[in-house]
Amino acid sequence: MSAINVFEQNPSGNARAESPLHHADLRSLVGKGRQNAGVTLREHKFLGHLTLRGDGHDEAFASAVQKALGLELPGALQLVSSGDTSLQWVGPDEWLLIVPGGQEVEVEQKLRDAAAGLHIQVVNVSGGQSLLELRGPNVRQVLMKSTSYDVHPNNFPVGKAVGTVFAKSQLVIRRTGEETWELVIRRSFSDYWWLWLQDASAEYGLAIEA
Amino acid sequence: MSQTYRLSSGGRVDRSKVLNFTFNGKSYQGYAGDSLAAALLANGVDIVGRSFKYSRPRGIIASGTEEPNAILQLGATEATQIPNVRATQQPLYSGLVATSTNGWPNVNTDVMGILGKVGGSMMPPGFYYKTFMYPKSFWMTYEKYIRKAAGLGRSPLQNDPDSYDYMNQHCDVLIVGSGPAGLAAALAAGRSGARVILADEQEEFGGSLLDTRETLDGKPAADWVASVIAELQAMPEVTLLPRATVNGYHDHNFLTIHERLTDHLGDHAPLGQVRHRVHRVRAKRVVLATGAHERPLVYGNNDVPGNMLAGAISVYVRRYGVAPGRKLVLSTNNDHAYRAALDWHDAGLQVVAIADARHNPRGSLVEEARAKGIRILTSSAIIESRGTKHVTGARVAAIDTVAHKVTSPGEWLECDLIGTSGGYSPIVHLASHLGGRPVWRDDILGFVPGDAPQKRVCVGGINGVYALGDALADGFEGGVRAATEAGFQPTTGSLPKTVARKEEASVALFQVPHDKGTARAPKQFVDQQNDVTAAAIELATREGFESVEHVKRYTALGFGTDQGKLGNINGLAIAARSMGITIPQMGTTMFRPNYTPVTFGAVAGRHCGHIFEPVRFTALHSWHLKNNAEFEDVGQWKRPWYFPKPGEDLHTAVERECKAVRASVGLLDASTLGKIDIQGPDAREFLNRVYTNAWTKLDVGKARYGLMCKEDGMVFDDGVTACVADNHFIMTTTTGGAARVLQWLELYHQTEWPELKVYFTSVTDHWATMTLSGPNSRKLLAEVTDIDLDKDAFPFMTWKEGNVGGVPARVFRISFTGELSYEVNVQANYAMGVLEKIVEAGKKYNLTPYGTETMHVLRAEKGFIIVGQDTDGSMNPDDLNMSWCVGRNKPFSWIGLRGMNREDCLREDRKQLVGLKPVDPKKWLPEGAQLVNDPNQPIPMDMVGHVTSSYAFNSLGYSFAMGVVKGGLKRMGERVYSPQADGSVIEAEIVSSVFFDPKGEQQNV
Amino acid sequence: MLHIFCPHCGELRSEEEFHASGQAHIARPLDPNSCTDEEWGTYMFFRDNLRGIHHELWDHVAGCRQYFNVTRNTETYEILETYKIGEQPKVTARENTPATSAAVNERGENV
Repeated sequence: MSAINVFEQNPSGNARAESPLHHADLRSLVGKGRQNAGVTLREHKFLGHLTLRGDGHDEAFASAVQKALGLELPGALQLVSSGDTSLQWVGPDEWLLIVPGGQEVEVEQKLRDAAAGLHIQVVNVSGGQSLLELRGPNVRQVLMKSTSYDVHPNNFPVGKAVGTVFAKSQLVIRRTGEETWELVIRRSFSDYWWLWLQDASAEYGLAIEA
Repeated sequence: MSQTYRLSSGGRVDRSKVLNFTFNGKSYQGYAGDSLAAALLANGVDIVGRSFKYSRPRGIIASGTEEPNAILQLGATEATQIPNVRATQQPLYSGLVATSTNGWPNVNTDVMGILGKVGGSMMPPGFYYKTFMYPKSFWMTYEKYIRKAAGLGRSPLQNDPDSYDYMNQHCDVLIVGSGPAGLAAALAAGRSGARVILADEQEEFGGSLLDTRETLDGKPAADWVASVIAELQAMPEVTLLPRATVNGYHDHNFLTIHERLTDHLGDHAPLGQVRHRVHRVRAKRVVLATGAHERPLVYGNNDVPGNMLAGAISVYVRRYGVAPGRKLVLSTNNDHAYRAALDWHDAGLQVVAIADARHNPRGSLVEEARAKGIRILTSSAIIESRGTKHVTGARVAAIDTVAHKVTSPGEWLECDLIGTSGGYSPIVHLASHLGGRPVWRDDILGFVPGDAPQKRVCVGGINGVYALGDALADGFEGGVRAATEAGFQPTTGSLPKTVARKEEASVALFQVPHDKGTARAPKQFVDQQNDVTAAAIELATREGFESVEHVKRYTALGFGTDQGKLGNINGLAIAARSMGITIPQMGTTMFRPNYTPVTFGAVAGRHCGHIFEPVRFTALHSWHLKNNAEFEDVGQWKRPWYFPKPGEDLHTAVERECKAVRASVGLLDASTLGKIDIQGPDAREFLNRVYTNAWTKLDVGKARYGLMCKEDGMVFDDGVTACVADNHFIMTTTTGGAARVLQWLELYHQTEWPELKVYFTSVTDHWATMTLSGPNSRKLLAEVTDIDLDKDAFPFMTWKEGNVGGVPARVFRISFTGELSYEVNVQANYAMGVLEKIVEAGKKYNLTPYGTETMHVLRAEKGFIIVGQDTDGSMNPDDLNMSWCVGRNKPFSWIGLRGMNREDCLREDRKQLVGLKPVDPKKWLPEGAQLVNDPNQPIPMDMVGHVTSSYAFNSLGYSFAMGVVKGGLKRMGERVYSPQADGSVIEAEIVSSVFFDPKGEQQNV
Repeated sequence: MLHIFCPHCGELRSEEEFHASGQAHIARPLDPNSCTDEEWGTYMFFRDNLRGIHHELWDHVAGCRQYFNVTRNTETYEILETYKIGEQPKVTARENTPATSAAVNERGENV
């Protein structure tokens, strides 16, 4: 018997799936926002989210990750990506790995094989969180309304990822492009973020992509 | 007649834009660029309010934040009412509606005034102290009376139509104030490339440069201001915030700025715009260039409308083109105030005389006044003014400032305006917010900021650097220093040239002597907003209030919105003199945030209405909505409370739900339970240490209930943990405890036992959990799963993996109702689809959705505890009759064991959890009700316990409760009594807390 | 609003990202069962209430979820250093005089 239970949680057949913002029916809002909106929002849904834990100071762990993912284990506050896969530092022994939906078990197994003998944790958290992309010239203002973290480009270059306080809760902010940011949100808070972002974006105009 | 007191030219107002407004119901006109105060003065409005205590008519004294009297109510509609707006800070807009806050029912014919100063005799100094301290219950009565009569403004009765928000800012250098020093600092810091924020509370940048007589490089100072602002605007890293008051200086250079974005545009903000914004600024360095406030002189009847600060007169003349009178008498102890007389004279108005307290003044401005033929009386001051609703004369007499005596009978000079200046007080409020004590300087007769650990630079007037050229240089140097310390290399630059002039020292004059002495002289006001007189301060010191903080609280000096801006120094100087000590010995009161009042809208920001607080939803929430659920707040979660059918209330719905579960099968959304994925070779050992019971022998495939204690041995969470693989567990926690438990595990792992190889990750949001409970749950589940549900293949307290509704699921056979139960866990994205398949299959079993209320009832029938309801942080496992869940022989001294063995935890008379059965089966024991042994004992009775959970509507058919009773476990069958507020007494029998199926036959089938 | 340097994230963050978790360096007795009631009570409940240099345990809850230690002056609220669990403070009350700024300057803005 294996010491760890690796569990394929995706159905093999066609099953109905609802993302955390399903109820907002974002698709119906496409094209309804202000012209030249300062902020464009999009939910990247049904991705594979995996929490990876291990000893960041252990060379063997870093090379196991590199071997399994082809990505260098990022250091503090760094986000690295290749194609549809991204790996983000969360804490000194914790990373967030995002892969295309459906690959969770395959990737977990690769990591476990590569790190055989090391003490690690891989946990599928795909159902519990989602990725919101915010794009546009006024995203920075919306972020400034929401978080005490300094989002000035000098302090928050592309490729940085920060766990912080946002409005009255917490989330992860990732900068993926000059005017493109991602928020990693928890499922149960998704409606709060959706309402908050609509309100904070109101003066700049909000457009939806789906 | 319109704008009778408007000068024919001059000022920074736009005379082509006429704005209509009303004050106390009367219509007036002003110009774009006016402050409300300037427009009122232009229209000859003398009285803006009645005083708080004595109900005396009061007029405008100042031109900025320091104004104590012109505190008005604004708002054209009920929804847009704003109290406590300073007319001196409120820009005029078309359609502005203002009313007096003080003075009910109207400022000109005042009830309190007619009745003969009722307030005065009823409220001597110390009124707060003597009356409001006790009896406490009278406060409500007093408050109503005082608020109505004195008027502190009122809040709107309708929702504010505007939106407000916060903006988090980070900068290298924050500059507070945009007078000469602040602008020079901004130039120096901005040119270095640093991130700079320049904030100023006024409508325009420039501070005193907007109304000064002095020139820069031979041109009007305002020209230089415009060129500096243009240069700063072109710098990408410089943020300019006009109409923005830096209100609080908090720890580690965190400052709050209250920006009023649209207050100048109208009664409410234009569509889509934010009205006020609070900037929360973290600054590497702060430059305080806050300047100084002019001190008024304290003399008899100095509150009659028409008595103003000398500097304010210059502001109204030069900045707004308004003359607040025709004939001016000026009283001063310094050179700078002469500019008011010169400005007045230059505007073609009459300066009756200048009274100078000094013996032989010879400064440049003094000589300029002499050259213009203005009458100057030396060693003199205005000792009292006269007039009922407006000044009609000033009595000028010779005084001896050292002996504090009047040395001549003096003469009455006819005038309609009195300007006074008693020197300048550096604005040290922000510098003192964190406790830094200001330091007295005799040379400038003022307090300057003392040493403080904050990373800040003080420049210009706040340092007592008043001369224009010096302030510019001090500011520039401060900007260079701040930018350098923040890691930037400032460039050099030249400052504009000023005209050198001779300025002589002022003489200390905090209270003008009167020939009748302080007690008998006409009232000499020190703090007009709080009606504090010099006599009241002397009285305070005579009554033994010697500390400056006590004098303040006894007299109310510097209370309210004033916060010691005008009266503070005069007041403490008077107190010091009456006690025969020096001002530094007296010290000053401390200043606290906020510097000026902030609207509640700005405080709330966006955190109101539907986004006041985060609300958490499960993946099944829309199904609950469709099925009519009423919701209960559990922490931040919205959980279905009960699912009423048409015509049902809580009780009937819950009774139906309870019976349906016991009779057939019910469905509960249990997704909110905390879930933690635990992996690692030492996971088992870790569980042994944090749970009270043993985990060493829990086989893969099994689940176990566990209790968690703090080190004191008291229960703080519970839940079921399943072994999903040898080194892999899924822990569940209470809904409210999820985050707390994870932090608790991390705390012990990171700080006490880092050698244990184990990791914890929250999967609360990842798994959606649907609980099927009731005798038909097996049959129902069998229709939608491929898992073998046979009782031997899938026994109680085990779990299986398989498909439910076509989706991979982990199913736990555990029970919180005492019935056969299955908890189905699926990845949350798929939960809704699975739920709908279960519901479809459940129709023939009368599958009944139930909420938290039914869950609570059913678990209580089984005697299962809810941590936080039946426990309160003082209950250990033994108290809960859960010794069966305590592994006293585990090798490691787990968290709670030592605490449980403390002497106090071993007492036999501790409160213990028992069942309570009301003797009358229809009586409901209120939760929280106290229990006594003898209901006839005189009060105070000996309380022996209290009710923790109580349910009148349930599946049992009689009311029952759980509660804690001293030594209760040994009192089975005995009676306790619960006296109620209405005088009735509910009698209850102490019974086992397990009311339903004590042998567990229902859940283990 | 304190500004706290998280030794794991390597940055200054606002106080709202953190939880204060009481006094630092309170080690759990290795053998609790051998403690007298008084000793155990002292471990559980008794904490210093100092004026001046104090070592505290903080948790970066909104960030990296790591506990770490903070040396803070309870009078001025200056934070003189932050350091990881298992490390010892460099600034202590005994060595520290009112001129604490030496330590501050040494570590620049990062403390």
